Amino acid sequence: MSETLRNITRFVLFLGLQVYVLDKIPALHRFIIPVIYYLFILWLPFSVSRFWLLIIGFITGLSYDYFTNHPGLHAAACVLIAYIRPFVVNLLTPKDSSEFNYREPSAKAMGWAPYSVYVFVLTLLHHGYLVFLEWLEFGSLLDFIIKVIATTGIGMLLILTAEVLFPRKLKFRTNVA
Amino acid sequence: MRNLFLFIRRYFTIISFLLLQALALSMLFRYNKYHRAVFLGKANEITGYFNSQYDKVEDYFLLKEENRRIHRMNDSLLNLLQENFMKVDTGVSAYSDTTRYDTTRLVRRYFIRSARVLSNSINNQKNYFQVNRGARHGIKDNMSVINSDGAVAGQIVNVSENFSQAMSLLHIQSRVNAMLKKSRTNGRVEWDGKNPQYLVLRDIPKSDSVSIGDTVLTGLFSYNFQPGWMIGTIAGIVDDKSTNFYVLQVKPAANFQNLQQVFVIENLQRNEQVTLDRATQKKIDELNRRKQ
Repeated sequence: MSETLRNITRFVLFLGLQVYVLDKIPALHRFIIPVIYYLFILWLPFSVSRFWLLIIGFITGLSYDYFTNHPGLHAAACVLIAYIRPFVVNLLTPKDSSEFNYREPSAKAMGWAPYSVYVFVLTLLHHGYLVFLEWLEFGSLLDFIIKVIATTGIGMLLILTAEVLFPRKLKFRTNVA
Repeated sequence: MRNLFLFIRRYFTIISFLLLQALALSMLFRYNKYHRAVFLGKANEITGYFNSQYDKVEDYFLLKEENRRIHRMNDSLLNLLQENFMKVDTGVSAYSDTTRYDTTRLVRRYFIRSARVLSNSINNQKNYFQVNRGARHGIKDNMSVINSDGAVAGQIVNVSENFSQAMSLLHIQSRVNAMLKKSRTNGRVEWDGKNPQYLVLRDIPKSDSVSIGDTVLTGLFSYNFQPGWMIGTIAGIVDDKSTNFYVLQVKPAANFQNLQQVFVIENLQRNEQVTLDRATQKKIDELNRRKQ
Protein backbone atom coordinates (compact mmCIF):
# COMPACT_ATOMS: atom_id res chain seq x y z
CA MET A 1 0.00 0.00 0.00
CA SER A 2 1.35 3.39 -0.86
CA GLU A 3 2.09 5.90 1.82
CA THR A 4 -0.70 8.28 0.81
CA LEU A 5 -3.33 5.59 0.50
CA ARG A 6 -2.39 4.15 3.86
CA ASN A 7 -2.73 7.52 5.55
CA ILE A 8 -6.06 8.27 3.91
CA THR A 9 -7.36 4.90 5.13
CA ARG A 10 -6.07 5.69 8.58
CA PHE A 11 -7.77 9.10 8.54
CA VAL A 12 -11.13 7.55 7.69
CA LEU A 13 -10.68 4.79 10.27
CA PHE A 14 -9.70 7.11 13.10
CA LEU A 15 -12.50 9.56 12.36
CA GLY A 16 -15.02 6.71 12.11
CA LEU A 17 -13.74 5.17 15.32
CA GLN A 18 -14.03 8.48 17.12
CA VAL A 19 -17.45 9.49 15.80
CA TYR A 20 -19.21 6.14 15.69
CA VAL A 21 -17.60 4.18 18.50
CA LEU A 22 -16.02 6.38 21.16
CA ASP A 23 -18.63 9.12 21.00
CA LYS A 24 -21.42 6.55 21.24
CA ILE A 25 -20.12 5.07 24.47
CA PRO A 26 -22.20 6.25 27.42
CA ALA A 27 -20.07 8.67 29.41
CA LEU A 28 -18.43 7.05 32.42
CA HIS A 29 -18.08 10.43 34.01
CA ARG A 30 -18.33 13.93 32.65
CA PHE A 31 -14.55 14.37 32.89
CA ILE A 32 -13.60 11.07 31.32
CA ILE A 33 -14.03 11.55 27.61
CA PRO A 34 -12.15 9.16 25.34
CA VAL A 35 -10.55 10.94 22.40
CA ILE A 36 -8.25 9.19 19.95
CA TYR A 37 -8.74 10.71 16.48
CA TYR A 38 -5.64 12.91 16.80
CA LEU A 39 -3.45 9.81 16.86
CA PHE A 40 -3.70 10.18 13.08
CA ILE A 41 -1.56 13.31 13.32
CA LEU A 42 0.86 11.62 15.69
CA TRP A 43 1.32 8.74 13.28
CA LEU A 44 1.94 10.82 10.14
CA PRO A 45 5.27 10.04 8.46
CA PHE A 46 8.39 12.00 9.34
CA SER A 47 8.72 13.00 5.71
CA VAL A 48 5.63 15.25 5.70
CA SER A 49 6.76 18.87 5.51
CA ARG A 50 5.87 21.19 8.33
CA PHE A 51 3.50 23.25 6.21
CA TRP A 52 1.55 20.19 5.06
CA LEU A 53 1.48 18.91 8.60
CA LEU A 54 -0.36 22.09 9.59
CA ILE A 55 -2.82 21.81 6.71
CA ILE A 56 -3.51 18.13 7.42
CA GLY A 57 -3.96 18.91 11.10
CA PHE A 58 -6.44 21.65 10.30
CA ILE A 59 -8.46 19.41 7.99
CA THR A 60 -8.49 16.56 10.52
CA GLY A 61 -9.72 18.79 13.31
CA LEU A 62 -12.29 20.51 11.15
CA SER A 63 -13.75 17.23 9.84
CA TYR A 64 -14.26 16.05 13.39
CA ASP A 65 -15.70 19.45 14.32
CA TYR A 66 -18.41 19.17 11.73
CA PHE A 67 -19.48 15.86 13.22
CA THR A 68 -19.75 17.46 16.65
CA ASN A 69 -21.21 20.75 15.39
CA HIS A 70 -18.58 22.92 16.94
CA PRO A 71 -16.51 24.33 14.05
CA GLY A 72 -13.03 25.51 14.99
CA LEU A 73 -12.61 23.83 18.37
CA HIS A 74 -10.73 20.68 17.46
CA ALA A 75 -9.24 22.35 14.40
CA ALA A 76 -7.40 24.83 16.63
CA ALA A 77 -6.09 22.08 18.91
CA CYS A 78 -4.97 19.92 15.97
CA VAL A 79 -3.14 22.80 14.28
CA LEU A 80 -1.33 23.40 17.56
CA ILE A 81 -0.11 19.82 17.94
CA ALA A 82 0.77 19.66 14.25
CA TYR A 83 2.94 22.74 14.76
CA ILE A 84 4.61 21.44 17.92
CA ARG A 85 5.14 17.89 16.63
CA PRO A 86 8.41 18.48 14.67
CA PHE A 87 10.02 20.17 17.69
CA VAL A 88 9.18 17.26 19.97
CA VAL A 89 10.38 14.75 17.39
CA ASN A 90 13.66 16.65 17.01
CA LEU A 91 14.18 16.70 20.76
CA LEU A 92 13.57 12.99 21.09
CA THR A 93 15.53 11.71 18.09
CA PRO A 94 18.96 10.24 18.74
CA LYS A 95 21.65 12.61 17.59
CA ASP A 96 23.27 10.33 15.02
CA SER A 97 20.49 10.00 12.51
CA SER A 98 21.77 6.74 11.08
CA GLU A 99 19.99 4.89 13.84
CA PHE A 100 16.83 6.79 13.30
CA ASN A 101 15.54 5.94 9.93
CA TYR A 102 12.05 4.61 10.30
CA ARG A 103 9.21 6.03 8.33
CA GLU A 104 6.92 7.29 11.07
CA PRO A 105 6.83 7.72 14.85
CA SER A 106 6.17 4.50 16.74
CA ALA A 107 7.32 2.73 19.86
CA LYS A 108 9.56 0.55 17.77
CA ALA A 109 11.10 3.42 15.89
CA MET A 110 11.77 5.70 18.84
CA GLY A 111 11.89 3.32 21.80
CA TRP A 112 9.17 3.06 24.38
CA ALA A 113 10.32 5.83 26.70
CA PRO A 114 10.82 8.59 24.10
CA TYR A 115 7.65 7.51 22.30
CA SER A 116 5.63 7.76 25.52
CA VAL A 117 7.05 11.20 26.17
CA TYR A 118 6.20 12.21 22.60
CA VAL A 119 2.63 10.98 22.97
CA PHE A 120 2.27 12.46 26.44
CA VAL A 121 3.43 15.95 25.48
CA LEU A 122 1.18 16.16 22.43
CA THR A 123 -1.80 14.63 24.23
CA LEU A 124 -1.43 17.07 27.08
CA LEU A 125 -1.16 19.99 24.66
CA HIS A 126 -4.15 18.84 22.62
CA HIS A 127 -6.44 18.33 25.60
CA GLY A 128 -5.08 21.32 27.47
CA TYR A 129 -5.77 23.65 24.57
CA LEU A 130 -9.14 22.05 23.85
CA VAL A 131 -10.38 22.35 27.41
CA PHE A 132 -8.88 25.84 27.66
CA LEU A 133 -10.98 26.97 24.68
CA GLU A 134 -14.07 25.38 26.18
CA TRP A 135 -13.26 27.02 29.48
CA LEU A 136 -13.09 30.47 27.84
CA GLU A 137 -16.73 30.07 26.95
CA PHE A 138 -17.90 28.76 30.31
CA GLY A 139 -16.74 26.77 33.32
CA SER A 140 -14.65 27.03 36.44
CA LEU A 141 -10.91 26.71 36.97
CA LEU A 142 -11.02 23.57 39.10
CA ASP A 143 -13.16 21.84 36.49
CA PHE A 144 -10.64 22.92 33.89
CA ILE A 145 -7.65 21.40 35.69
CA ILE A 146 -9.38 18.14 36.57
CA LYS A 147 -10.69 17.77 33.05
CA VAL A 148 -7.27 18.27 31.46
CA ILE A 149 -5.73 15.64 33.76
CA ALA A 150 -8.56 13.15 33.32
CA THR A 151 -8.80 13.44 29.53
CA THR A 152 -5.01 13.27 29.18
CA GLY A 153 -4.91 10.15 31.33
CA ILE A 154 -7.60 8.35 29.37
CA GLY A 155 -6.04 9.53 26.09
CA MET A 156 -2.61 8.13 27.03
CA LEU A 157 -4.21 4.86 28.06
CA LEU A 158 -6.02 4.56 24.73
CA ILE A 159 -3.02 5.42 22.60
CA LEU A 160 -0.58 3.14 24.38
CA THR A 161 -3.14 0.32 24.23
CA ALA A 162 -3.55 0.97 20.51
CA GLU A 163 0.23 0.83 20.12
CA VAL A 164 0.44 -2.55 21.87
CA LEU A 165 -2.57 -4.02 20.12
CA PHE A 166 -1.69 -2.90 16.61
CA PRO A 167 2.06 -3.03 16.10
CA ARG A 168 2.63 -1.47 12.72
CA LYS A 169 4.95 -3.26 10.36
CA LEU A 170 7.50 -0.57 9.81
CA LYS A 171 10.11 -0.86 7.13
CA PHE A 172 13.38 0.95 7.18
CA ARG A 173 13.46 3.98 5.04
CA THR A 174 15.98 3.18 2.36
CA ASN A 175 17.40 5.04 -0.55
CA VAL A 176 15.89 2.56 -2.97
CA ALA A 177 12.28 3.26 -2.12
CA MET B 1 10.33 44.11 -1.29
CA ARG B 2 12.96 41.43 -1.54
CA ASN B 3 13.41 41.52 2.21
CA LEU B 4 9.71 41.04 2.66
CA PHE B 5 9.73 37.91 0.52
CA LEU B 6 12.78 36.64 2.37
CA PHE B 7 11.03 37.26 5.65
CA ILE B 8 7.92 35.40 4.54
CA ARG B 9 10.01 32.53 3.25
CA ARG B 10 12.01 32.33 6.41
CA TYR B 11 9.04 32.33 8.75
CA PHE B 12 6.65 30.56 6.41
CA THR B 13 5.75 27.78 8.87
CA ILE B 14 5.01 29.99 11.83
CA ILE B 15 3.05 32.42 9.69
CA SER B 16 0.89 29.64 8.30
CA PHE B 17 0.50 28.27 11.82
CA LEU B 18 -0.73 31.59 13.11
CA LEU B 19 -3.04 32.04 10.12
CA LEU B 20 -4.64 28.63 10.60
CA GLN B 21 -5.00 29.23 14.33
CA ALA B 22 -6.65 32.58 13.65
CA LEU B 23 -8.99 30.95 11.14
CA ALA B 24 -9.97 28.20 13.58
CA LEU B 25 -10.44 30.58 16.50
CA SER B 26 -12.49 33.04 14.44
CA MET B 27 -14.71 30.12 13.39
CA LEU B 28 -15.02 29.18 17.01
CA PHE B 29 -15.76 32.57 18.53
CA ARG B 30 -17.19 34.75 15.77
CA TYR B 31 -19.69 32.31 14.39
CA ASN B 32 -20.46 30.22 17.38
CA LYS B 33 -23.92 31.37 18.08
CA TYR B 34 -25.45 27.94 18.16
CA HIS B 35 -27.24 28.23 14.85
CA ARG B 36 -24.91 30.30 12.77
CA ALA B 37 -21.80 28.20 12.46
CA VAL B 38 -19.85 28.42 9.21
CA PHE B 39 -20.77 26.03 6.41
CA LEU B 40 -22.86 24.07 8.87
CA GLY B 41 -25.63 23.74 6.30
CA LYS B 42 -23.36 22.18 3.67
CA ALA B 43 -21.51 20.05 6.20
CA ASN B 44 -24.88 18.95 7.52
CA GLU B 45 -25.68 17.27 4.22
CA ILE B 46 -22.42 15.32 4.27
CA THR B 47 -22.41 14.26 7.92
CA GLY B 48 -26.13 13.54 7.52
CA TYR B 49 -25.37 11.01 4.81
CA PHE B 50 -22.84 9.11 6.94
CA ASN B 51 -25.00 9.32 10.04
CA SER B 52 -28.01 7.88 8.22
CA GLN B 53 -25.89 4.92 7.07
CA TYR B 54 -24.82 4.30 10.65
CA ASP B 55 -28.35 4.75 11.88
CA LYS B 56 -29.63 1.97 9.62
CA VAL B 57 -27.51 -0.46 11.61
CA GLU B 58 -28.05 1.07 15.02
CA ASP B 59 -31.82 0.99 14.62
CA TYR B 60 -31.96 -2.76 15.03
CA PHE B 61 -30.48 -2.69 18.48
CA LEU B 62 -33.02 -0.23 19.80
CA LEU B 63 -36.16 -1.65 18.25
CA LYS B 64 -37.45 -3.38 21.35
CA GLU B 65 -37.23 -0.32 23.57
CA GLU B 66 -38.65 1.86 20.80
CA ASN B 67 -41.57 -0.49 20.28
CA ARG B 68 -42.41 -0.32 23.95
CA ARG B 69 -42.41 3.47 23.90
CA ILE B 70 -44.59 3.70 20.82
CA HIS B 71 -47.03 1.23 22.32
CA ARG B 72 -47.26 3.34 25.44
CA MET B 73 -47.79 6.49 23.39
CA ASN B 74 -50.55 4.79 21.40
CA ASP B 75 -52.16 3.68 24.60
CA SER B 76 -52.30 7.21 25.92
CA LEU B 77 -53.74 8.44 22.62
CA LEU B 78 -56.40 5.71 22.52
CA ASN B 79 -57.59 6.89 25.88
CA LEU B 80 -58.24 10.32 24.42
CA LEU B 81 -60.66 9.09 21.73
CA GLN B 82 -64.06 10.68 21.60
CA GLU B 83 -65.83 7.33 21.98
CA ASN B 84 -64.49 6.85 25.46
CA PHE B 85 -66.57 9.69 26.76
CA MET B 86 -70.27 10.34 26.99
CA LYS B 87 -72.33 13.37 27.76
CA VAL B 88 -74.06 13.22 31.10
CA ASP B 89 -77.64 14.41 31.07
CA THR B 90 -77.99 16.08 34.41
CA GLY B 91 -81.44 17.45 33.72
CA VAL B 92 -80.79 20.61 35.55
CA SER B 93 -77.87 22.71 34.56
CA ALA B 94 -77.26 26.36 34.18
CA TYR B 95 -76.90 27.30 30.54
CA SER B 96 -75.65 30.48 29.15
CA ASP B 97 -77.67 31.38 26.16
CA THR B 98 -75.00 31.94 23.63
CA THR B 99 -72.04 29.76 22.83
CA ARG B 100 -68.82 31.49 23.47
CA TYR B 101 -66.85 29.53 20.94
CA ASP B 102 -67.30 29.05 17.26
CA THR B 103 -68.25 25.40 17.42
CA THR B 104 -68.41 24.88 13.68
CA ARG B 105 -64.71 24.93 12.97
CA LEU B 106 -61.38 24.41 14.63
CA VAL B 107 -58.19 26.31 13.93
CA ARG B 108 -55.05 24.27 13.93
CA ARG B 109 -52.33 25.65 16.19
CA TYR B 110 -49.74 22.90 16.16
CA PHE B 111 -48.61 20.60 13.42
CA ILE B 112 -46.67 17.46 14.20
CA ARG B 113 -44.27 15.67 11.88
CA SER B 114 -42.47 12.45 12.55
CA ALA B 115 -38.71 12.16 12.14
CA ARG B 116 -35.83 9.89 12.99
CA VAL B 117 -32.71 10.79 14.93
CA LEU B 118 -29.54 10.03 12.97
CA SER B 119 -26.80 11.11 15.32
CA ASN B 120 -26.81 12.23 18.87
CA SER B 121 -24.30 13.32 21.47
CA ILE B 122 -24.48 13.72 25.22
CA ASN B 123 -20.81 13.96 26.19
CA ASN B 124 -20.19 17.57 25.21
CA GLN B 125 -21.33 20.78 26.77
CA LYS B 126 -23.13 21.71 23.60
CA ASN B 127 -25.05 18.67 22.51
CA TYR B 128 -26.92 18.41 19.26
CA PHE B 129 -28.77 15.71 17.46
CA GLN B 130 -29.44 15.37 13.79
CA VAL B 131 -32.79 14.30 12.35
CA ASN B 132 -33.65 13.01 8.89
CA ARG B 133 -36.06 15.77 7.89
CA GLY B 134 -35.08 19.10 6.43
CA ALA B 135 -36.36 22.17 4.63
CA ARG B 136 -37.79 19.91 1.93
CA HIS B 137 -40.12 18.36 4.51
CA GLY B 138 -41.16 21.69 5.96
CA ILE B 139 -38.88 21.78 8.97
CA LYS B 140 -37.94 25.28 10.09
CA ASP B 141 -35.82 26.75 12.86
CA ASN B 142 -37.28 26.92 16.37
CA MET B 143 -39.59 23.95 16.06
CA SER B 144 -39.61 21.77 19.13
CA VAL B 145 -38.75 18.08 19.22
CA ILE B 146 -40.26 15.45 21.49
CA ASN B 147 -39.38 11.78 21.56
CA SER B 148 -41.73 8.87 21.01
CA ASP B 149 -42.44 8.83 24.73
CA GLY B 150 -43.85 12.34 24.63
CA ALA B 151 -40.88 13.76 26.50
CA VAL B 152 -39.21 16.97 25.35
CA ALA B 153 -35.86 16.40 23.65
CA GLY B 154 -34.83 19.75 22.19
CA GLN B 155 -35.47 22.29 19.46
CA ILE B 156 -34.41 22.67 15.84
CA VAL B 157 -31.66 25.23 15.36
CA ASN B 158 -30.39 24.61 11.85
CA VAL B 159 -31.96 23.23 8.71
CA SER B 160 -30.47 22.03 5.46
CA GLU B 161 -32.19 20.56 2.42
CA ASN B 162 -32.68 17.01 3.72
CA PHE B 163 -31.51 17.08 7.32
CA SER B 164 -31.75 19.31 10.32
CA GLN B 165 -29.86 19.83 13.55
CA ALA B 166 -31.58 20.16 16.87
CA MET B 167 -30.17 21.60 20.07
CA SER B 168 -30.72 19.04 22.79
CA LEU B 169 -31.98 20.03 26.23
CA LEU B 170 -28.44 19.09 27.26
CA HIS B 171 -26.96 22.25 25.76
CA ILE B 172 -25.73 25.04 27.96
CA GLN B 173 -27.55 27.61 25.84
CA SER B 174 -30.86 25.79 25.97
CA ARG B 175 -33.69 27.64 27.74
CA VAL B 176 -37.14 26.14 27.92
CA ASN B 177 -40.17 27.75 29.46
CA ALA B 178 -41.56 25.24 31.96
CA MET B 179 -44.21 24.86 34.61
CA LEU B 180 -44.92 22.60 37.54
CA LYS B 181 -47.84 20.34 36.73
CA LYS B 182 -49.21 20.59 40.26
CA SER B 183 -49.40 24.34 40.66
CA ARG B 184 -48.86 25.66 37.10
CA THR B 185 -46.10 27.90 38.41
CA ASN B 186 -43.90 29.17 35.66
CA GLY B 187 -40.16 28.64 35.52
CA ARG B 188 -37.41 27.86 33.08
CA VAL B 189 -35.43 24.73 32.47
CA GLU B 190 -31.74 24.99 31.65
CA TRP B 191 -28.69 22.78 31.81
CA ASP B 192 -25.55 23.73 33.72
CA GLY B 193 -23.27 21.65 31.49
CA LYS B 194 -22.20 19.37 34.27
CA ASN B 195 -24.17 16.20 34.71
CA PRO B 196 -26.19 14.89 31.75
CA GLN B 197 -28.45 13.05 34.20
CA TYR B 198 -29.97 16.27 35.52
CA LEU B 199 -31.41 19.51 34.21
CA VAL B 200 -31.96 22.62 36.30
CA LEU B 201 -35.31 24.32 36.88
CA ARG B 202 -35.11 27.94 38.01
CA ASP B 203 -37.46 30.81 38.79
CA ILE B 204 -39.93 28.84 40.89
CA PRO B 205 -40.67 31.11 43.88
CA LYS B 206 -40.19 29.70 47.36
CA SER B 207 -43.78 30.51 48.18
CA ASP B 208 -44.66 27.53 46.07
CA SER B 209 -44.63 24.10 47.63
CA VAL B 210 -42.41 21.72 45.75
CA SER B 211 -41.66 18.12 46.55
CA ILE B 212 -39.45 15.48 45.02
CA GLY B 213 -41.17 13.58 42.23
CA ASP B 214 -43.29 16.50 41.02
CA THR B 215 -43.79 16.59 37.27
CA VAL B 216 -42.36 19.41 35.17
CA LEU B 217 -44.12 20.23 31.89
CA THR B 218 -43.41 22.67 29.08
CA GLY B 219 -44.80 26.06 30.02
CA LEU B 220 -47.77 27.98 28.72
CA PHE B 221 -45.76 30.96 27.55
CA SER B 222 -43.39 29.44 25.06
CA TYR B 223 -43.46 30.30 21.36
CA ASN B 224 -41.54 27.20 20.36
CA PHE B 225 -42.93 24.51 22.61
CA GLN B 226 -46.45 23.24 22.81
CA PRO B 227 -47.61 23.48 26.43
CA GLY B 228 -48.05 20.35 28.48
CA TRP B 229 -45.37 17.99 27.19
CA MET B 230 -43.37 16.38 29.93
CA ILE B 231 -39.83 17.57 30.59
CA GLY B 232 -39.03 15.52 33.67
CA THR B 233 -39.55 15.02 37.36
CA ILE B 234 -37.99 16.87 40.25
CA ALA B 235 -35.11 14.92 41.75
CA GLY B 236 -33.52 17.37 44.14
CA ILE B 237 -34.21 20.68 45.81
CA VAL B 238 -31.41 23.13 46.47
CA ASP B 239 -32.41 25.77 48.95
CA ASP B 240 -30.49 28.82 47.78
CA LYS B 241 -30.58 31.19 50.76
CA SER B 242 -29.62 34.25 48.74
CA THR B 243 -32.71 34.37 46.55
CA ASN B 244 -36.42 33.86 46.79
CA PHE B 245 -36.35 31.19 44.15
CA TYR B 246 -35.67 27.50 44.25
CA VAL B 247 -32.96 25.84 42.22
CA LEU B 248 -34.46 22.48 41.36
CA GLN B 249 -32.76 19.44 39.90
CA VAL B 250 -34.88 17.83 37.23
CA LYS B 251 -34.45 14.29 36.01
CA PRO B 252 -35.29 14.46 32.30
CA ALA B 253 -38.09 12.20 31.11
CA ALA B 254 -36.40 11.63 27.77
CA ASN B 255 -33.57 9.17 27.64
CA PHE B 256 -31.04 11.21 25.66
CA GLN B 257 -28.83 8.17 25.30
CA ASN B 258 -31.18 6.45 22.86
CA LEU B 259 -33.28 9.03 21.08
CA GLN B 260 -34.68 7.23 18.07
CA GLN B 261 -38.07 8.13 16.64
CA VAL B 262 -39.09 11.70 17.39
CA PHE B 263 -41.86 14.16 16.57
CA VAL B 264 -41.18 17.68 15.40
CA ILE B 265 -43.86 20.11 16.54
CA GLU B 266 -44.50 23.29 14.65
CA ASN B 267 -46.31 26.21 16.20
CA LEU B 268 -48.27 27.54 13.22
CA GLN B 269 -48.94 30.86 14.90
CA ARG B 270 -45.37 31.45 16.00
CA ASN B 271 -44.70 34.15 13.39
CA GLU B 272 -47.77 36.07 14.43
CA GLN B 273 -46.84 35.85 18.10
CA VAL B 274 -43.25 36.93 17.52
CA THR B 275 -44.27 39.80 15.23
CA LEU B 276 -46.79 40.99 17.78
CA ASP B 277 -44.18 40.80 20.49
CA ARG B 278 -41.75 42.90 18.49
CA ALA B 279 -44.40 45.41 17.48
CA THR B 280 -45.39 45.87 21.13
CA GLN B 281 -41.79 46.42 22.07
CA LYS B 282 -41.42 49.02 19.35
CA LYS B 283 -44.61 50.78 20.28
CA ILE B 284 -43.63 51.03 23.94
CA ASP B 285 -40.21 52.34 23.00
CA GLU B 286 -41.79 55.00 20.84
CA LEU B 287 -44.18 56.01 23.60
CA ASN B 288 -41.28 56.35 26.00
CA ARG B 289 -39.35 58.43 23.54
CA ARG B 290 -42.28 60.76 23.05
CA LYS B 291 -42.63 61.22 26.81
CA GLN B 292 -39.07 62.39 27.22
